[in-house]
Amino acid sequence: MNWISNVVRPKIRNFLNRREVPENLWVKCPETGQMVFHKDLEANQYVIPGSGYHMRMSPVDRLKTTFDDGAYDEVALPEVVIDPLKFRDERKYIDRLKDARTKTGAQDAVKVATGLLEALPVTVAVQDFGFMGGSLGMAAGEAVVTGLQTAAAKKTPFIMFAASGGARMQEGILSLMQMPRTTVAIQELREVKQPYIVVLTNPTTGGVTASYAMLGDVQISEPGALIGFAGPRVIEQTIREKLPDGFQRAEYLYEHGMLDMVVHRHQMRETLARICRIMVKAPGVPPKGRLPRPAAA
Amino acid sequence: MRSYLDFEKPVAELEAKVEELRALSSPDDGVSIADEVQRLEAKASEALSQLYSSLTPWQKTLVARHPARPHFGDFAAGLFTDFTPLAGDRKYGEDEAIIGGFARFRGEAVCVLGHEKGSTTETRIRHNFGMARPEGYRKAARIMELADRFGLPLISLVDTAGAYPGIGAEERGQAEAIARSTDACLALGAPNVAVVIGEGGSGGAIAIATANKVLMLEHAVYSVISPEGAASILWRDTAKAQDAATNMKITAQDLLKFGVVDGIVREPVGGAHRDAKAAIAATGDAIAEALASLAGLDADAVRKARRAKFLAIGRTL
Repeated sequence: MNWISNVVRPKIRNFLNRREVPENLWVKCPETGQMVFHKDLEANQYVIPGSGYHMRMSPVDRLKTTFDDGAYDEVALPEVVIDPLKFRDERKYIDRLKDARTKTGAQDAVKVATGLLEALPVTVAVQDFGFMGGSLGMAAGEAVVTGLQTAAAKKTPFIMFAASGGARMQEGILSLMQMPRTTVAIQELREVKQPYIVVLTNPTTGGVTASYAMLGDVQISEPGALIGFAGPRVIEQTIREKLPDGFQRAEYLYEHGMLDMVVHRHQMRETLARICRIMVKAPGVPPKGRLPRPAAA
Repeated sequence: MRSYLDFEKPVAELEAKVEELRALSSPDDGVSIADEVQRLEAKASEALSQLYSSLTPWQKTLVARHPARPHFGDFAAGLFTDFTPLAGDRKYGEDEAIIGGFARFRGEAVCVLGHEKGSTTETRIRHNFGMARPEGYRKAARIMELADRFGLPLISLVDTAGAYPGIGAEERGQAEAIARSTDACLALGAPNVAVVIGEGGSGGAIAIATANKVLMLEHAVYSVISPEGAASILWRDTAKAQDAATNMKITAQDLLKFGVVDGIVREPVGGAHRDAKAAIAATGDAIAEALASLAGLDADAVRKARRAKFLAIGRTL
């Protein structure tokens, strides 16, 4: 807390009536400590200009920066049973869920949308780490399934921006069942021969990595993203050793053959478009300007 | 010497007394000692069946992990003939936390897969306590592909605390290996049956457990994370493992209600470790019944049925 945040914060809260209002006008780079003005950060797609550190991005910002002209249609997601286990730990799960919904304005961790990417119709799902750690419960699982099935029905590529701490433990076995459920939907997409592209963002671990986030036809990651099955703390506790530098980071996974590429956020749109267009045999995008929308779509 | 779990103490005391009396008695003793032995034995077995008819989820967790509980090797010996294990993932190594290969089940040619925890210090280390590394899951996927290609029904016996969390496992793509194994299991054109015989630990279990029919032994547990893990993350206190076990709904009885498992295999009174032979025989009957219910389906129908089954889970609770 500095004097700026103390004085200015209540005011911004009022006139910037949007979610994810920055705690501060200035955002600190977690890597270098560099301070960046929040508007500059937003304009730079939440990449710290000096260090290149990729900050977390809201699903809405992600969708806007992925689709042509920031335009997309959100796909309605099926309702699921809330709190099937009537779970409580130190607090009731249902209260935690309500808090997350209030905080993010979203129903759960995954949003799905359709729209154009360099004039090619695509279906995109975004997982929000800000919603209970992006945890995979019934709602998120159903959203991923719906996304894949939408892509299969519309015959479009499916792009998954994954981010998750893993399964939503408060939904017990029913959260674990989202691993096979999403895998079934991937198989359905494969049958109609549409591409499935995974973009791993920081962090993606646990049951999400051990299911749909590692089954892409093409595996992309943002730089520096933490990606793994077991979290670093669990491994440290098990083997009682300090983990090597860069362990489980995107670059490490790339070197170990687990990723096709590590792509800077500024090049993401272009990269996804190029790959999708080749995979569905659409003509290439000219260096400047966009192609008209394909007639068949 | 039988090993007892803490909550079995009343039974342990009665059974100890029976042993004591037996040791003391000789053939020329009166009828009274034999009577007393009989009376105590009846009391012990009554206490045991009482205890086991109302185990808490945490107690079931302990039973599922009982060191004397039959493991994969015991089931394989009891259920299969011509068992021919295959080894290696053809990419990096051999992982004996998962065992699998060809076999005959009641005469029928099948593929089998399962986690092996080991039963002595030496075998536990060899099998890494049933916690597989990527090689184990890649071997499993290899065997599933063989089952698919040759139309051999697949029987999976699930018994793991979870996939192994280690540097090497992560380095070689633990998550991807699990995901591919699940993928291969769901793509099988041959019918498959999975039985959770002890612990069904999260992703490490699901990798070989997505079957047309999923069964659980009566006192087995199946969960997204171990009770200890959930306690440490959600309660920030590992001592809350009992609460976590209760809250997470991990028992066969709970999972049957959720439609996550299709059937429960009854265990002998006092748990599978009291009478492994009976437990294994009952498991064999349940597998045979499950396979019979899938007989006659072609590859496409088998796949479709399995997919529909998993997609339906949770939709009608």
